[in-house]
Amino acid sequence: MLSIKDLTVNVGDKQILKGINLEIKAGEIHAIMGPNGSGKSTLSHVLSGKAGYDVTGGSVMYQGKNLLDMMPEIRAREGVFLAFQYPVEIPGVSNIYLLKAALNAIRKYHGLSEVDAMDFLTLVKHKVKLLEMDEKFLYRAVNEGFSGGEKKRNEILQMAILEPKLCILDETDSGLDIDALKVVAEGVNSLRSNDRAFVMITHYQRLLDYIKPDFVHVLAHGQIVKSGGAELALELEEKGYSWVENQVVA
Amino acid sequence: MSAVATSRYVAEYGALAPTLPGQSLPWLQQLRRDALTKFSANGFPSPREEEWRYTNVSAIEKRLFTPALKQSSGQVDADWLKAQQLDDAWSVVLVNGHFSTEYSQLDSLPDGVTVISMADALVETQDFATLLETHLGHAVNNAEHNLVAFNTAWFSDGVFVHVPAKQVLTKPIQLLHIVTEADAMATTRNVIMVDELAEAQVIETFVGLDNAYLTAAVTEVFVGQNAHLTLTKMQIESEKAYHFGGTYAKQSKDARFTHHNFAFGGLLARCDIHTDLDQASECELNGLYLGVKRQHIDNHTRINHLKPHAISREMYKGVLDDRAKGVFQGRVIVAEDAQKTDSQMNNRNLLLSDDAEADTKPQLEIYADDVKCGHGVTVGQLDEKSIFYLQSRSVDEETARNMLTFAFANEMVDKIKIKSLHDKVLEQVLARFPQEGVEKDWL
Repeated sequence: MLSIKDLTVNVGDKQILKGINLEIKAGEIHAIMGPNGSGKSTLSHVLSGKAGYDVTGGSVMYQGKNLLDMMPEIRAREGVFLAFQYPVEIPGVSNIYLLKAALNAIRKYHGLSEVDAMDFLTLVKHKVKLLEMDEKFLYRAVNEGFSGGEKKRNEILQMAILEPKLCILDETDSGLDIDALKVVAEGVNSLRSNDRAFVMITHYQRLLDYIKPDFVHVLAHGQIVKSGGAELALELEEKGYSWVENQVVA
Repeated sequence: MSAVATSRYVAEYGALAPTLPGQSLPWLQQLRRDALTKFSANGFPSPREEEWRYTNVSAIEKRLFTPALKQSSGQVDADWLKAQQLDDAWSVVLVNGHFSTEYSQLDSLPDGVTVISMADALVETQDFATLLETHLGHAVNNAEHNLVAFNTAWFSDGVFVHVPAKQVLTKPIQLLHIVTEADAMATTRNVIMVDELAEAQVIETFVGLDNAYLTAAVTEVFVGQNAHLTLTKMQIESEKAYHFGGTYAKQSKDARFTHHNFAFGGLLARCDIHTDLDQASECELNGLYLGVKRQHIDNHTRINHLKPHAISREMYKGVLDDRAKGVFQGRVIVAEDAQKTDSQMNNRNLLLSDDAEADTKPQLEIYADDVKCGHGVTVGQLDEKSIFYLQSRSVDEETARNMLTFAFANEMVDKIKIKSLHDKVLEQVLARFPQEGVEKDWL
């Protein structure tokens, strides 16, 4: 589904990603872990098409297409979804308005008719329930005045409704208490399927107790320095990031 | 101001003066004479005056707008009129500056509530004339600026609204100012009095057919002790029109005054909103101006904290596109005696084109030492983070910008509590920034 080869990225004059290689197949869950400043968020931003990052080398192919050539909204319509580490507050735009605009943009892109208003409401209300959210949230402005946990839940709600193919979760667990984390994890687990892949970017191993990854990669100094199965996360938890960081230097 | 243009207006006045209301009232005759003297001496305001430095009115000198006579105030298309009127409101219609009994709808006004034509109120035998002697020209005087003097000299009619003590109006009153004739001048003077413990909602709508014309309106407002008036101005004049409208309020102790100012129309529009705050009174001034093409929209506010413990909140937002120009000048003056004043003033501008311009000038003048006053001003573009967020949810950039621009404006529309008015204003904002495929209830 996603094939990243020798990806190098600069921000200004500074090289942040120094040759990333990653293969992700449909149905897989990959966790990317690493210390602060290792380039985790840069990777998620580059994949979603945020401005301000200069790709200096390498390639990113998504379902056989060059992802880096696409505008952010085209990536989204093709099925790439980024759950933001810091979801943006948008006063004056209600959640339900955004959801409908987003869903219809995706449908139109794929040659489908606009969603029927009743069907849309039924779908949205079902997903709201799944994430244990209050229906009133739908009519409030996007993320405005939401607590940290509510914002993260809202990201997963959008994901559940838009049904992307490649879900990138950028530090979705940070700032969540354990109850909110469980709800978010359940939401993610309910979306697991053979044709959908997840990339979970996280600093902490805790999230992986609730969403079990197939692969764990450790990112340090802009490179993937170690890859393994779910057990790698536990090893990291035990030994700390300095363990892998030292391996790089050595 | 050229002396030639001034003298043309003054010569016109000579012919008109005997037909103006209030002939039998010496105090009003004196007030009008004083106004004419001031106007004759200096003409329309000049950009040399500090309060007019961003707004040049010389365009109205180049043509002579003439007052429409009452009998010439012809028929108004019924469907068009209905589209301007609010459902479920008492409605006063002024056509070309004259109160229209035919189109006004004031059935079942509660006893003691007065809503009548200013010309009728200024008849010597009426009790109202006595009341007006101590109110008309008392919330603002001719020295304020020469468009106030112009209005005082020329006003042909207007509305007098009086809500007696403890009366709580269940429906809003709409004062609908319509101009149907090209090159007409609609000069109205309105006085709104809401006495002690009363509550009222009044809407002033200014609208006209697709002509060049001049509106010069002055509304004086008196909010009694512990009374509450919500006054909404909806300025949707023709895009060729010149609009000068001032609202001047005096708030008694504990009085509340909420003003919403929607400035969408006019080629050149200038609006002044002033209020004087007595002890522990509160005012909320909200504004939204939307400029396109070559529109010039100027809003001036002045909040006078005269006594202690008063609260003022002000938020003006502007969206300017094409070559439009928006001006905001907001003054908050805190008198020496006005300790414990709590004041916050904000002005936010969104520029949608490189040629659009926003001139903003907040001014705080504080003479007391124990006060909480703040102000904030922004002039800028849409937030790139927000645009990217929407894009990451599949919305293309153009749609995202449109959604965010609408949202920026809609925040002010949302402050309107009257449903029918809210929907009318929303309609106007949606006409500027259409939102496709969304239920109105979701906005």
